Amino acid sequence: MSVKKPAWKELNEGDVVEAGTAVKFETGDWRSERPTWHPEICIQCLICWTYCPDSSILVENQKMTGIDYKHCKGCGICAKECPVKPNKAITMGPERE
Amino acid sequence: MAKVVAKTGNEAMAEAMRQIDPDVVAAYPITPATEIVMIFAKFVADGLVNTEYVAVESEHSAMSACVGAAAAGGRVMTGTSSQGLALMYEILPIAAALRLPIVMCDVNRAISGPINIHCDHSDTMAARDFGWLQIFSENSQEAYDSLIQAIRIAEDPRVHLPAMVTTDGFIISHCMDRIEILEDNEVKNFIGQDRKTDVKLLDTDKPVAIGSIDLQDYYFEHRMPVAQAMKDSKKVILEVAQEFGQKFGRKYGLLEEYKTADAENIIVALGSTCGTAKVVVDELRAQGKKVGLLKIRVFRPFPAEEIVQVLSKAKNVAVLDRSDSWSGQGGQVFTEIRSALFDTKVKPGMINFIYGLGGREIDLDQIRSAFKALEEIDKQPMVSYLGMRQ
Repeated sequence: MSVKKPAWKELNEGDVVEAGTAVKFETGDWRSERPTWHPEICIQCLICWTYCPDSSILVENQKMTGIDYKHCKGCGICAKECPVKPNKAITMGPERE
Repeated sequence: MAKVVAKTGNEAMAEAMRQIDPDVVAAYPITPATEIVMIFAKFVADGLVNTEYVAVESEHSAMSACVGAAAAGGRVMTGTSSQGLALMYEILPIAAALRLPIVMCDVNRAISGPINIHCDHSDTMAARDFGWLQIFSENSQEAYDSLIQAIRIAEDPRVHLPAMVTTDGFIISHCMDRIEILEDNEVKNFIGQDRKTDVKLLDTDKPVAIGSIDLQDYYFEHRMPVAQAMKDSKKVILEVAQEFGQKFGRKYGLLEEYKTADAENIIVALGSTCGTAKVVVDELRAQGKKVGLLKIRVFRPFPAEEIVQVLSKAKNVAVLDRSDSWSGQGGQVFTEIRSALFDTKVKPGMINFIYGLGGREIDLDQIRSAFKALEEIDKQPMVSYLGMRQ
């Protein structure tokens, strides 16, 4: 479906736009590696939440509840920083087999 | 009432800045930035203004800080010159695209190399296409008056573009001149107490994003309003000039015509050279020669129609450019004027003189020789270098 895009006179002056729109722009689709969360061994330390550069660790009531795959780029920092031993509570694998 | 004082161009511009009392000035006060912002920094230190003075580590940072402060809603000014202006180039078009009415005191000086800090227009002409209004001054009085007017012009909702008011390095910037200074409250009343803006970066109730990425889909549409605002600004410049003239008695326009009405041969120039050219025009008029000067005060927006109106009546025209375009069709001013005249039915003969680079003095003899060349225009090359040692 084609959407009519605004003409130049219809745009806000100086490209001033609504704030916080990055959440609407799904940027996780070019991820090549995918983090998987293992809630059964997660200790809820939230270190992954602290380190995630894309705010992609989902938290509710101060507990981690999952990963926002619409924005996660698969950088693997969460898996690298996860302190749970011997098996980490977040592991990385290929996005597609 | 106005008082008459002796001030250098730099002092006159700094005095206008004191009276404007901007919210923020971000500047890097070192050669070649000229002493304008240095003098202004003293006003800040002495508590004569309420300005937040941001001493940054480079002109690149100065313009970046100005963009931030203006985006937050402030009335923002700065000053620079030559290499300093060149270091701002990366940020200048951002100020225009974000429609921020920053006003800059720009002292026209050479671009290195070889290293040179004296007058020419290379620095300012290189910034021609960055979306800034460019107003040139013949003397300190014009620089002072134009700086005050520039605040009103830049902040007008029909414009919302940054503006640079220029003086010629050393010739105006460092020379003592007689100027009439307005009362502080006259300036304040003329420009208005504060900049009025609907967009405030730091409004937490209505958060906005400014300066976001804008690729193939929208960039083109976001550049167009800059071109339109630049065209619309001509009307605003004339309105503000008219109000200024009514209140304070000094009249300004986009151009100044000096004895052009019946002139056969006209010289076109910008800035301080116009003062010298007027002397030669008077001298040649006394000899019965029909000559005149067209001074371009506003180079951006480019007053093409107005220039055509004056020059299409002339027989021959010489444009003096204090900057070069390195194998273009002459200097920047010549190229644009010649193009503007392309569609007129009867075209004047046109030649271009590149002159005065790096502060090389332009004297009466050189301007006499330019008028002389117009009398035998058929023998002249289109572009030549006035006063070049051969």
